[in-house]
Amino acid sequence: MSMDRREFLKIAGISSILGLGASIASATDPIWQRSLTPPQVGPNKEALTAQHWAMVIDMSMFKTEEDFQKTISACHTIHNVPDFKNPDGSVDIKDQIKWIWKETYEHSFPDQENPYMEERLKEMPFLVLCNHCERPACVRVCPTKATFKRPDGIVMMDMHRCIGCRFCMAACPYGARSFNWRDPRPFIKDENKEYPTRTKGVVEKCTFCTERLAVGKIPACVEAAPKGGMFFGDLSDKNSEVRKLVETRYTIRRKSELGTGPSVYYLIGGNDHA
Amino acid sequence: MLEKALIGSKKYWTWVFILGAMSLMGFYYYLQQFSYGLGITGLSRDVSWGLYIGQFTFLVGVAASAVMLVIPYYLHDYKKFSKIVILGEFLAISAVTMCILFIMADMGQPMRALNIMLHPTPNSIMFWDFIVLAGYLTLNLLIGWVTLGSDRKGVAPPKWIKPFIYLSIPWAISIHTVTAFLYAGLPGRHFWLSAIMAARFLASAFAGGPALLVILALLVRKLTKFDPGKEPIQTLGNIVTYAMFANVFFLGLEFFTAFYSNIPGHMESFRYLYVGLEGHQELVPLMWTSSVFAAVSLIMLLIPSARKNEGTLALACILLFISLWIDKGFGLIIGGFVPNMLNEVRPYWPTWPESLITVGVWSIGFLILTLLYKVAISVREETAGVEIEH
Repeated sequence: MSMDRREFLKIAGISSILGLGASIASATDPIWQRSLTPPQVGPNKEALTAQHWAMVIDMSMFKTEEDFQKTISACHTIHNVPDFKNPDGSVDIKDQIKWIWKETYEHSFPDQENPYMEERLKEMPFLVLCNHCERPACVRVCPTKATFKRPDGIVMMDMHRCIGCRFCMAACPYGARSFNWRDPRPFIKDENKEYPTRTKGVVEKCTFCTERLAVGKIPACVEAAPKGGMFFGDLSDKNSEVRKLVETRYTIRRKSELGTGPSVYYLIGGNDHA
Repeated sequence: MLEKALIGSKKYWTWVFILGAMSLMGFYYYLQQFSYGLGITGLSRDVSWGLYIGQFTFLVGVAASAVMLVIPYYLHDYKKFSKIVILGEFLAISAVTMCILFIMADMGQPMRALNIMLHPTPNSIMFWDFIVLAGYLTLNLLIGWVTLGSDRKGVAPPKWIKPFIYLSIPWAISIHTVTAFLYAGLPGRHFWLSAIMAARFLASAFAGGPALLVILALLVRKLTKFDPGKEPIQTLGNIVTYAMFANVFFLGLEFFTAFYSNIPGHMESFRYLYVGLEGHQELVPLMWTSSVFAAVSLIMLLIPSARKNEGTLALACILLFISLWIDKGFGLIIGGFVPNMLNEVRPYWPTWPESLITVGVWSIGFLILTLLYKVAISVREETAGVEIEH
C-alpha cells in the first residue's frame, strides 16, 4: 500500500485524537460527572483548636539536668532534629539545629542584667523556643510566605516553599530559627517515620507541634516536662489555664519591648513569692 | 554591536581568558556548594549572612552610582560627561548582574528562586529588592544599548528613550534605599536599626562607584585609543570627595548615637568591629584598615593639588574603594550578627570555597564589564571627534 505524506499525517492526526479520547473514556467516571474540586478531608474531630495558642513555662519546676534533657529530646526526637557533633563529641555550633534548648537567664533576657545579680540567677537555665509572636518579624520579611501565621496564632513553616534566603533568621530577635547548612538526614539518630525530615538549604523551627494538635495531643515538650513545668492553651479563652496563670501570676516574656508580642510566658518566682 | 567584543588584540583576549578561567573556577566551587549545601561556607546559625550578602550590598551601591553620571549629564546638561556616561551605565549592568549572582550563591534552595515571583509578598522588602534590581538592570540595558547604538550611527538617540533615562534616576536611588531597608527594619538588630542607614548607603555608593569609575576611566585611557577626557575625570573626583565626606559624616552620626546614648545593644557591634568584644577581635585589623584608608583618601581628595594630579587621584580612589569595600562589603553585615540575638559572640570568617566563589562572581562581573566596555570603546574609537547632541 502506498501512502503519501499528506495522507499519513491525516491518519496520524485522527488516530492521536481518538487515542486521547480513549484515555479519557478509560477513567472510571464520565468526564461530566467528575467534580473539579479535589477530594476533601474534614478536620479531625479530636483536633485541639484555639484562637491564640500560648505557652507558660514555670522554670522553678525544672530542677535537674534530666528535666531539661527529657523535655528537649522529646521534641527533637519526634521532629527528626539532627544532632551535629564535633569529632570530640561537643555540639557543632556551626551546623547546629535546635527547636527548643537550654539557655542561661543572662542570654535569654539580655537586657535584664545588673552587675550585682546573683551568679545563680545569671546562670539560671531557661528553656527557649520559638515565641510564636503575635506580630512576627520573620513572617513580615519572608519573600515567599514560606513562614506564615496561622489563624490560631502559630507561626508555621512550609519547608517546600522556603528558598533558603535566611531573611527570617536575620529578623527573628530570639535566634529561634535554624538553617540546614548541609543534608541533615545522616545525623538523625532514630528517624521518626511519622514526621518528615528536612532537606539541606531550608530554615526550620518549633511549630508548637501542629501535627500533634491536629490529632488532639498537646505539644511533645509540654507532655514530657516535669509536672507543672509547662502549660499550653488558648490565651484568648478566659477560662484556660494559661490565661489564668498569666492574669494572676508575675510572668515575663523575652524582649517584649520590641513589640513582637511573644506567646511564650515565663514564671520565674516559683509559687509563693510571685 | 556585540560583534565588536569579538575583535580585539592579544592582550584583550588574554584578559578575557583569565577572567573566564577564574569564573569557571568559581563555578566549580559553586557546584561543590550546590551539592554539599551552604555549610561549605563559614556561615552559622548565629552569623547567617556573610561575604555573599556583603558583596551584594556593596555592589548594589556600585550599580546605583551610575546615577552620578546620569544626573549631571541629563539633568544639568553637563556636556563633558557625554562620552563617559555609557561607562557608568555599563558598570551598572555588570554590578547588578553580580548582585543577582551573589543572591543566587547565597540561597539555600536556588532552584526555588522563582518562588519570589510565584508567591509575591509585598510585605517583604526582599520582594521589592527583587523588583527594583530587575527593573534597574532592564533600564540600563535598554538605555545603554539605545544611546550607544545611536552614537555609532552618528545620530541623536531617539526621543522615546528620554523618559526611561529620567526614570532611571529615582530608580537608582530606589535600589539602594530598598537594599538598606533589608537591614534597617529588623527588630533586635540594633546595629542596623538606624534611620540613617539608607542615606549612609547612598553616600557610600556615590563615593565608591564614581571612585571605581575614575580608576576605570584612567585604565581605559591607558589601554585604548579612547580618551574619556581630563575634565570629566576631575568632575568625578569632586563627586567622590563630596560623597565620601557625607559618608564619613554619617558614620560619625552612628557612633554618636550609639556611644552618647550609652545603650549596650547599640554599642556592642561597634565595639566588636573596632576594639573587639569578649576577647574576639577577628575584624578589628580590617576595620581599622578601612578607617585609615578612608581618612587618608579623604585628606588626599580634599587637598586640591592631590586631587588634580591624576596619579594621586587614582591612588586616593583605590584606597577609598578598598575602605568602602571592607566597611560595607564585610563589616556592616557581620557587625549586625555579632553579638547574636542571645548576646553571645560567635565569630565568622569566610572559608576558602566561599572566597573562591566570591572571586568567581567578581570575575564574571569583570568579564561582562570588559565585553561591554570593549563594545563601547570600539564605538567611541570609530566616532572619535564626532560630537553628538543627546
